[in-house]
Amino acid sequence: MGDLDFIKVKHLHIDYDILDLDLLNKVLQEETSFQWCISCGCCTASCSAGNHTTFNVRRISLLLRRGEIESLEKELEKCMLCGKCTLVCPRDIQLRNVVMSIKKNILKYKMSSL
Amino acid sequence: MKTYFQYPFLIGMIFLFAFLIYLYVRWYTKLSKYDKVRFRKFWGTKKVWKAIYDSINDGLLHASIFKKNPVLGYMHMSLAFGWFLLIVIGHLEVVVATGGLNFPFYYAIFFRYFEPVHATTIAKIFAAVMDFLLLFILVGVALAITKRFYKKIFGMKHTTKLKPLDKVALYSLWAIFPLRLFAESCSAAVYQNGSFLTNTTGAWLGNIANSPVIYQGSWWLYSFALCFFFIALPFSRYMHIPTEIYYIFLRNAGIKTKKTWESYAQIQLYSCSRCGVCLDACQLYDAGISDVQSVYFLQFIRNKEDAEKPLFGCLICGRCQVECPVHLNLNDLRTALRIKASKPLTFSYSYTQKPEQQSADTIYFAGCMTHLTPGTKKSMAKIFDYVGEKVWFMDEDKSICCGRPLMLAGQYDSAAQLIEKNTELIKESGAKNLILSCPYCYKVFKEDYILPDINIKFHANYIKELIDQKKLPDSKLNITAIYHDPCELGRGMNIYQEPRDVIEHYSHRIPLQKSKDKDQALCCGAGLGGINLTGDAKNAMTHNAMTYFDKFNPDVLVTACPLCKKTFVSDRRIEVLDIAELVVKAIEQPNELKALPHREKSYAIS
Repeated sequence: MGDLDFIKVKHLHIDYDILDLDLLNKVLQEETSFQWCISCGCCTASCSAGNHTTFNVRRISLLLRRGEIESLEKELEKCMLCGKCTLVCPRDIQLRNVVMSIKKNILKYKMSSL
Repeated sequence: MKTYFQYPFLIGMIFLFAFLIYLYVRWYTKLSKYDKVRFRKFWGTKKVWKAIYDSINDGLLHASIFKKNPVLGYMHMSLAFGWFLLIVIGHLEVVVATGGLNFPFYYAIFFRYFEPVHATTIAKIFAAVMDFLLLFILVGVALAITKRFYKKIFGMKHTTKLKPLDKVALYSLWAIFPLRLFAESCSAAVYQNGSFLTNTTGAWLGNIANSPVIYQGSWWLYSFALCFFFIALPFSRYMHIPTEIYYIFLRNAGIKTKKTWESYAQIQLYSCSRCGVCLDACQLYDAGISDVQSVYFLQFIRNKEDAEKPLFGCLICGRCQVECPVHLNLNDLRTALRIKASKPLTFSYSYTQKPEQQSADTIYFAGCMTHLTPGTKKSMAKIFDYVGEKVWFMDEDKSICCGRPLMLAGQYDSAAQLIEKNTELIKESGAKNLILSCPYCYKVFKEDYILPDINIKFHANYIKELIDQKKLPDSKLNITAIYHDPCELGRGMNIYQEPRDVIEHYSHRIPLQKSKDKDQALCCGAGLGGINLTGDAKNAMTHNAMTYFDKFNPDVLVTACPLCKKTFVSDRRIEVLDIAELVVKAIEQPNELKALPHREKSYAIS
């Protein structure tokens, strides 16, 4: 692979061998419906916060799965919890609880890593 | 003759009083400064009479349970009021018999033992009254025991689960009165000092009662039953007996439940009698959930168990609060705990953009949910057009949430940011009226926004006003409609009549049964209070509510909440309309339809 090293962009590189999936597993355990997500984008299309800014529920999912906790925390502060995403979701995912659950578990994660 | 059997009773009694005084004083000292002033000033006012009336009505007679369930009401009344009378008249009897107040205070409790002979007419009347009261209570005890095992007789689907100390208290309470009957019957058998009840049972006992072991033993048992009950009382649900009276007085003094969990909330927690009336009111049973209900939830809090899941699993629909015979502020208690639990979580809304500012006399704020039911906002636009109202549709684009969903999740501080943004927009526009089509928005705008110069109206009320001013035409639709009361609008804001008037003006409304109407209306299942409910649980509630409406066979189901509409639409059995859509449908109907006579429909429901 030595020849192709130039393809690797260091700051975007995610090493799955050392990736900490604790947070993802905790959230999926608390709100199992989140694993049914098909990334259809209904939530993002209806989102009140998304109307003002780049807030995007699918990105939340991506950040969570990639373990980018700091960006995730910052992104989630934008949610207004209005619940439109939950109502439009064709897979009946309880997104308000997903948001609350991620926030709560990030807090727990930060407390435990202090 | 020196006796010792009164000591268990005395020990229990002294322990109970000491404990209660300690708790009462501690609760009082922990009230806020203003609440203390309120409570002190309250004693000079007429409200004291109202508090005394409430104490007798709710604490002794249990009138509110009586109205809902006469058998259950009789059970509570016979125990509370019967026992109260037994104590009061028992003491009177002693005063009359001894001719003064010079007797130890346990004397009246064991009077038949200490006063074996009584021959006067007054004494006989007293004995008859006391026997009657004892019988009155015994019927209640019999009902209570029956209820534990055959709850269906009482029309109750559910009865509460018990903790070990509750069981001690419950079984000793059940034992007190049969044991009193036994002890008094023994006395009656020996001395003939009873009346119609104790003399009869005494005669059955016959010579057995002459044995000193049985005779003394019966009084010892009675005393021990009292002792166990008094010692277990502060740690069991029976703590509600003394606490409820305290709560009634504080409530009448005008003290309100706070956003933080403090002394008044603690008193309400102990006032819960765990009667279980809220269990049958809760629709979550439809979804097989049995730990969220207020009675269990308060029990978890009192036992200091982890209650996070039940805390956020409630829809805050308020059905249990309406039914609660103790009048606890169940929604506020839950909210206070939600605020505490979600305090460390923060949100920040510095990113919001301002919508294009327009100046208008009237603002229409659709709210997030109305954007999901475009029929409602289009209908509102048509109504505004029809009456020629110049309106600024404030959140047509770049809508900012009203803040209520955050509050229901306990995020009051985050909601304050949104409230500030919306307030600023409204004030800058110079408008006089604000019209809302979502009950969640309406509640928060009315209660938490500070907009003194602005007339805040719910769209159903606005339409009602237009009808009264003859600005909208009379063109009744030839359809039958059921009105579904949204939780936040009905129980939350006490608006019941206006939407009904509008619906009756434009269609033929089918009235629902009283037990599912107005303040006892069903929740659609999607209430924004329910944070961690599963989709299946919500759908089960929606399905059951729809099944109920379907029995009336209406043409349309009308509601005044976009959230209810969006939820019910997914069921597809009945066409669902927002009240604004119904009005527009009526205005726009082709002329030939107007002449049709009213179709006859059966409203009957089996």
